Amino acid sequence: MNRSDDRQAKAAHIRHLLSTESETIHENTGHMNSERYRAIENFDYDALRDEARAIKEDAIARLPELIDRVTESVEENGGTVYVADDAEDANSYVEQVMADRDAETLVKSKSMTTEELDLNEHLGEAGYDVFETDLGEFVIQVAEEAPSHIVGPGLHKSSEEIAELFNARFEPDEELATAQDLTRFARDYLGERIREADVGMTGANFVVAESGTIALVTNEGNARKCAVTPDTHVAVAGVEKIVPTVADLQPFSQIIAKAATGQDVPQYFSLLTPPVDSPTLDFDEPDVPITAQSGGSDDRDFHLVLVDNGRFAMREDDELRETLYCIRCGACANSCSNFQHVGGHAFGGETYTGGIATGWEAGVHGLDSADESNDLCTGCTRCVDACPVNIDIPWINTVVRDRLNRDEMPSEFDFLVEGLTPDEEPGGLDPQKRLFGNVDTLAKLGSATAPVSNWLAGTRPARLLMERVAGVDPRRDLPAFRRDTLRKWAADREPATPADADREVLLYPDLYTNYVQVERGKAAVRVLESLGCAVQVPDIPASGRAPLSQGMVSTARQQAEAVSESLAPHLDAGRDVVVVEPSDAALFRREYERLLPESEFDRIAGGTYEILEYVYGVLENGADADALAAGDGQSVSYHSHCQQRTMDLAVYTEAVLSDRGFAVQTSDQECCGMAGSFGYKSQYYELSVSVGRELADQFADAERVVASGTSCMEQLDDLLGPTRHPVELLDPAAE
Amino acid sequence: MATSLTRFEDALVDHDCEVTRTTVDGFDGALAAALREPAVGASLGDPELSLPADVQTVPTPAQLQAAASGVTPVAFAVADHGTVAIPSTASGVEPVSLYSDRHVAVVREEQVVPDTGAAFDELGPALAEDRGSVVMATGPSATGDMGALVQGVHGPSEVHVIVVESEVSEP
Repeated sequence: MNRSDDRQAKAAHIRHLLSTESETIHENTGHMNSERYRAIENFDYDALRDEARAIKEDAIARLPELIDRVTESVEENGGTVYVADDAEDANSYVEQVMADRDAETLVKSKSMTTEELDLNEHLGEAGYDVFETDLGEFVIQVAEEAPSHIVGPGLHKSSEEIAELFNARFEPDEELATAQDLTRFARDYLGERIREADVGMTGANFVVAESGTIALVTNEGNARKCAVTPDTHVAVAGVEKIVPTVADLQPFSQIIAKAATGQDVPQYFSLLTPPVDSPTLDFDEPDVPITAQSGGSDDRDFHLVLVDNGRFAMREDDELRETLYCIRCGACANSCSNFQHVGGHAFGGETYTGGIATGWEAGVHGLDSADESNDLCTGCTRCVDACPVNIDIPWINTVVRDRLNRDEMPSEFDFLVEGLTPDEEPGGLDPQKRLFGNVDTLAKLGSATAPVSNWLAGTRPARLLMERVAGVDPRRDLPAFRRDTLRKWAADREPATPADADREVLLYPDLYTNYVQVERGKAAVRVLESLGCAVQVPDIPASGRAPLSQGMVSTARQQAEAVSESLAPHLDAGRDVVVVEPSDAALFRREYERLLPESEFDRIAGGTYEILEYVYGVLENGADADALAAGDGQSVSYHSHCQQRTMDLAVYTEAVLSDRGFAVQTSDQECCGMAGSFGYKSQYYELSVSVGRELADQFADAERVVASGTSCMEQLDDLLGPTRHPVELLDPAAE
Repeated sequence: MATSLTRFEDALVDHDCEVTRTTVDGFDGALAAALREPAVGASLGDPELSLPADVQTVPTPAQLQAAASGVTPVAFAVADHGTVAIPSTASGVEPVSLYSDRHVAVVREEQVVPDTGAAFDELGPALAEDRGSVVMATGPSATGDMGALVQGVHGPSEVHVIVVESEVSEP
């Protein structure tokens, strides 16, 4: 398939999900997302996740030693440990256990790792009956579908759909309708399977090296039953699940359910050190007292299967290693606007779903499986705030995108964009990525020839070519480049504040403010000057945000280095760098850490401020707020930028606007759905608009809408009409 | 500040458990009121508290399966979340607490620890030294997998905790 067909196929798949699974997925993930916020509201989430992260870092660093330790512990307890190299190895071992026990049936509690291994299929082909007992897993086993969410595998199905499925498949005497009916039916059906089963299988959320304890986080009680009812228990877990000590479980016990479902604690945090002392339950001998049936742990057989399947290679990989810290709570999926709208059947690979799926898929199944959904991560970073172990999930997505770019085969259209695009990337890069990754060059060119360039870009032939070559959706208005850039305006005017003022500000002429959203730049200059700052708008190169968003890491790094060099003399002279575009402010303070030497990053990050963060600081230090325009009670609906929120910077905008007398209502949506180039891409346009509509609906009755990010402004412009930046409300020269 | 005991009781209610506070003398009555027939149990191992004869403490699988309630002791309890720690024992505390539709947990006042930190002070030796097993259970079993929250899935749909005070506070 060529790229244009590829994009159409992807668009069709997303369109299908938007009209089928989207509604239920949205309701369920949205609920878990808001419950997580509620659960952590009065709780020191950050302190605990730092602690949890440190434990994982240490455990992965010491992994070989911990595997030896846990093997020793489990053997002391009377169990067996098997370290499986890959899926085939693990599946064969389990099959052998089944054969050795003369087993026919196996009951399972939820385990994503066995999904990764395709264990059910393997055992099925070998003639064994395998039953999923987690109700969500049971639903998708009956439906013969793949999990749509790490925590709730059947999250995309409503009660009505499950009822239809069960009624058709099981033909119960009385038709099932409600969630209560379905739960009762599944419990009875699966209860019988558990009582008959020869072997019980669980996963493990954590495995404790010093004791051989496995920790299982569940709500239904099925893992408890699977583990203790049959006399044989097999636990399958990735090697990354090992922690050194029982004490190391403590932060996880407090954080995992909050992160996953917003519960303070799970219903059951099971800490089993198998073989356990509970008597086995033989329902084939219904009238023999359980305590007379067995001698407890002596009659029990326990196997811990630790799975490598690519994890040791991930451990050696500086960029993918972080993935191994994942505790599989699904918070990255729940906090993701794109995921909320399409779910894991688009936003996922062979096994894993959500933002972290890219890391897992690349590590355990290979780059191709990561390719399926990698682009659905727009880098908005809302998952970074949500992740209980602080994984930089957008960075993993960027790195994998970069690796995928480098794997691409050259295309027939390369010649069209290569002349325009002075990047550092290999030939064969998708022209769509190349176009959006080099948007700075286009902006310069477009601005120099505006308005002709804008007219030309808007013509039908031009839009058709853009769609065919670069997948720019024709339904999306293109940004209009301005010939009168912010820099020209600033150079041509007399500064209102003497150059030797107490505060010297370098207003960074980000691509969007300089070439497109020029008015917000002018407002920013006037606001700063009215507060006594001397402002200059020098020529500083593009930030690198655009290429980074396309996975063009080398190009982004080169641009970061150029920015660093240009900013250095200003920063060394004590000037403050103020940025209007939040995605660039975030870049300087977050992603540059990945792109620049530490000292250069520290210098930039330490001297950079988002515009209203800076205004807030200047006002707090005694500047006269009355120099700014007043709100006089005017209602304003504000959508902060996703990356701005992740850096906890949205509060400054809210505070300054409120102090100036605006009645501010802030959206609670994670992301506007535009996300830079994402909403322009033909394969994602409809998803982008679906996410954007949700935001627009929140603002349906708004008198005035402001947004901090260029993308958010573009999205809201398209859906609601003209949107301004908050700094424009404060502009003393505004009409 | 509320005592651990009242915080425990409040947390139990928040997590949809029923709770009765009683004394050694009042225990038999409190238990009788909490039990549903037929009942199974695991020995409380407490010289001051015993189970009535009609509670089957050496249950068969058939009795376990048919039980309306199952009464057990606990290893300890955690005030902050209303959690009871269910140990794996040869007497069958785990299956009795799990298979019955209604789990009646008997908690002595001094078994209630304040918070997660204190719980791990108990769990450390129980797991690492004794190599025991403990289920930290909070509320009835539940699922959202069928499209709405339903209590009572593979585990009990009701949890009733009887808290036994050590001394009678008033005559």
